[in-house]
Amino acid sequence: MQLLNIFKSLDISHYIYLSTVLFSIGMFGVLFRRNAIVLLMCIELMLNAVNLLMVAFSEYMGDAQANGQMFVFFIMVVAAAEAAVGLAIIVMVYRNTRKTDVSFLDSLKD
Amino acid sequence: MSNLLIILGFPLFGFIFNGLVGKYLPKSVVGSIASLMVAIPFFVAFGMIGDLSNDAQYSVNWKAYTFLTLDNIPLSVSFTIDRLSVWMTLIITGVGALIHLYSTGYMKNDEGFYKFFSYLNFFIFNMLLLVLGSNFLMMFFGWEGVGLCSYLLIGFWYKNVEFGKAARKAFVMNRIGDLGLLLGLYLIFSKFHTLEYSEFSNQIAAGNHSDNLLNAISILLFIGAMGKSAQIPLYTWLPDAMAGPTPVSALIHAATMVTAGIYLIIRNQILFALSPFATEFILWIGLATAMLAALIGLKQTDIKKVLAYSTVSQLGFMFVALGVGAYSTALFHLTTHAFFKALLFLGAGSVIHGMHHEQDMRFMGGLKKKMPLTYWTFLAGTLAISGFPFFSGFFSKDEILAATYSHGLIPYILLLLSALLTGIYMFRMFFVTFHGTYRNEKWDYSKVHESPLVMTIPLMILAVFSVFGGLINLPKYITESGSLVEWLKPMLPIMEHHEIGHSEEIILLGLAVLVFLTALIYTRIVFLKRNRVPTDSETGFFSVMRDKFYVDEAYNLVIVRPLEILGDLLHLIGEGIFLKIFSFGIYPLLQVVSRLNKRIQNGNIEFYLLYMIIAVIVLLGVNLIFF
Amino acid sequence: MMNSLFSLPLPFLVLSFITILCALYVVTSKNPVHSVLALILAFFSISAHYVLLNAQFLAIVNLMVYAGAIMVLFLFVLMLLNLNKDSEPVKSKIWGIAATISAGMLLLVITAAFQKSGVAIYKGSADDIGLVKNLGRVLMTDYLVPFELSGILFVSAMVGAVLLGKRESNSESLLDKGNS
Repeated sequence: MQLLNIFKSLDISHYIYLSTVLFSIGMFGVLFRRNAIVLLMCIELMLNAVNLLMVAFSEYMGDAQANGQMFVFFIMVVAAAEAAVGLAIIVMVYRNTRKTDVSFLDSLKD
Repeated sequence: MSNLLIILGFPLFGFIFNGLVGKYLPKSVVGSIASLMVAIPFFVAFGMIGDLSNDAQYSVNWKAYTFLTLDNIPLSVSFTIDRLSVWMTLIITGVGALIHLYSTGYMKNDEGFYKFFSYLNFFIFNMLLLVLGSNFLMMFFGWEGVGLCSYLLIGFWYKNVEFGKAARKAFVMNRIGDLGLLLGLYLIFSKFHTLEYSEFSNQIAAGNHSDNLLNAISILLFIGAMGKSAQIPLYTWLPDAMAGPTPVSALIHAATMVTAGIYLIIRNQILFALSPFATEFILWIGLATAMLAALIGLKQTDIKKVLAYSTVSQLGFMFVALGVGAYSTALFHLTTHAFFKALLFLGAGSVIHGMHHEQDMRFMGGLKKKMPLTYWTFLAGTLAISGFPFFSGFFSKDEILAATYSHGLIPYILLLLSALLTGIYMFRMFFVTFHGTYRNEKWDYSKVHESPLVMTIPLMILAVFSVFGGLINLPKYITESGSLVEWLKPMLPIMEHHEIGHSEEIILLGLAVLVFLTALIYTRIVFLKRNRVPTDSETGFFSVMRDKFYVDEAYNLVIVRPLEILGDLLHLIGEGIFLKIFSFGIYPLLQVVSRLNKRIQNGNIEFYLLYMIIAVIVLLGVNLIFF
Repeated sequence: MMNSLFSLPLPFLVLSFITILCALYVVTSKNPVHSVLALILAFFSISAHYVLLNAQFLAIVNLMVYAGAIMVLFLFVLMLLNLNKDSEPVKSKIWGIAATISAGMLLLVITAAFQKSGVAIYKGSADDIGLVKNLGRVLMTDYLVPFELSGILFVSAMVGAVLLGKRESNSESLLDKGNS
């Protein structure tokens, strides 16, 4: 399939900026949200930003083996596993504390 | 060479032997060995006089080994026996042996008996190093060694803190003088590239060196002599050194150690002869010292202190002789002084022994009957030092006076006055101590006893020398030959001797006798007939004299106190500030810091996340900025 | 960059716009369900980006895995725990400022890092690189070991999740208690 060759009219820098902005937004969310589930979602957002950048570079560098895209596969694998386990933990915590607020998980303090 | 080994090795052996095993041997063995170790070198040296007298240039040299090599110049441990050094050796070992013998009686009841004799032998060894060395290096070794022994022996009764302080004072003042000596040695080494006496003297005599250099070296060497031979301003240690046992005072502070400075100057007479400024300086210092010490001694009541100030004063006489260029005369006076001063000190020791350790003349009196031997020998010494005609002191002092007269009138008058004062204070002490009524309440008159033979035999021998010792150097108007000066002339060619007219000489002689008679008559009237006893209440100038012109107090105020204050200040800074801040302050600091740090770990996940992100940002930023 | 903003191709511009807007809504929305839905939309736009970048297969996989499975899981848990706007905890304003500053700093630092370094020359790639045939070949030949390992990873994650979710016999069931 012939598709638009985006890099004829774009520079890699645009994708870098886009990815970085998404990453920062995700980081902002991690710091700002207290709900544990939304926290995980923001982490997923960050991971996706990175995925985007990987694919962009893969195309830009003309990779014959599509290494970037392969890496994205594996990031997705890990993200999926992590989401599953993370949510299981949150459910567990909710069962014990009736809250999803992360600020209440401070029993490791001094 | 074997002679040198004996002369040097025996006292050293005595030191080591007595030091190591003396504690386990009976006292008689310790004492005899120590005395023998000094007496045998005397006889060996005496035996060498024959060889030395036959040939003017004869000398025994021995180079043991090279101590170190600086700049390709070897500094070696080497010794030489020539007329000058053998003469000094005779004095040292002769008087030393007599004092060793005396000490076996005097220190009989002391528990540190073996230690005393080991120190004494070590002292003799060091003194011999000093006079037998053929270069400045060996002399310096001996110089420091006798300083050490002086310290050890002054503070011999170490349990008394005051004695320890006196010992320390002697050592420190000596050290101050040593600084000058060292600087002089450095100058010599750097400018003349040798420390050997012979090479040094040859270089000086041959070339023309700058006057300033020679004067500088001379003055620096003289500063060393100032400390060792107790001249102004470094004399205050000697009276305090009387804290040591009396034999120590006799040996070290009368006959030998304090003469090391004189020896140094005599040995380098060529240097000093070419430094007129320095010799003028020496002359005036000697004069001032002779005068000052005589004035102070006039009002002292402790018999040892009187003798101490007398020593300082007589040393002043010797330096005056050096200052006017009469080097051999100074040596002659050194010799006679060794005789009668050792005699006087040992006699004082005998008195102290018989009076059960009483040293204050106000609490003595009338001892003539009880201690006849001591009395007569002491009289001989007193007459000698005051210049009784034809005793040894008369001849030596007269020579010095004559030489001073030919140098200048004012020095002569001042010196004559000092001689008068010498007579006065000596006879004052003699009359108050031995005549009059017995004034001691603590020690019964019946218990006053004469000293044992082992103490009185040295007294008698020394008395004989004090009386007849002048015969070794009779002046020219009596005999032409057989004098010490003539004998030493090949070694000490310089003898500034302005010829005085025959009539002037007779006048000088008469003046000297007159001075003696004045002193004798005055003191006889005041102290014998009128029975005046020195009291504590003195007024005006006399109290200043008695209080040593407050020199010690001045030193204390100007030098010692500021140093102590500096020390306290530094202690305050060091311990106070640094210790308090850095050692004791660390703990509260740590507490505060850790309390702050504790708040970081509050268990809050959000905070941890924030810290992680901040760390990442910081790392990236640092990476950007610096790389 | 701003001058050339409108010289960018339209698809890119629109998609980026949508992505960023959705991301912002994800992090600021009070209602967690709204956050989930916004995130799904964001994933859609990112998949479109993938298509633009010649990674067609990856776009579909993204949709299937991320938007289809993971987000559904999130939604499911949200429903299970019955969270909505009321029970959402709120952070103080200071945290907002701190978070903004941190995110801003991060943006700044990464941009600066990029400015400092140079970028390579564009090298175009084959048109059909993103097709499943090619990707599959690479996956099965070069990346076989990671492929198998990811299988093991999945198994362990499943086991872990099931174990964690297992209820103890004595504790109350969530369904029993309801909204207590």
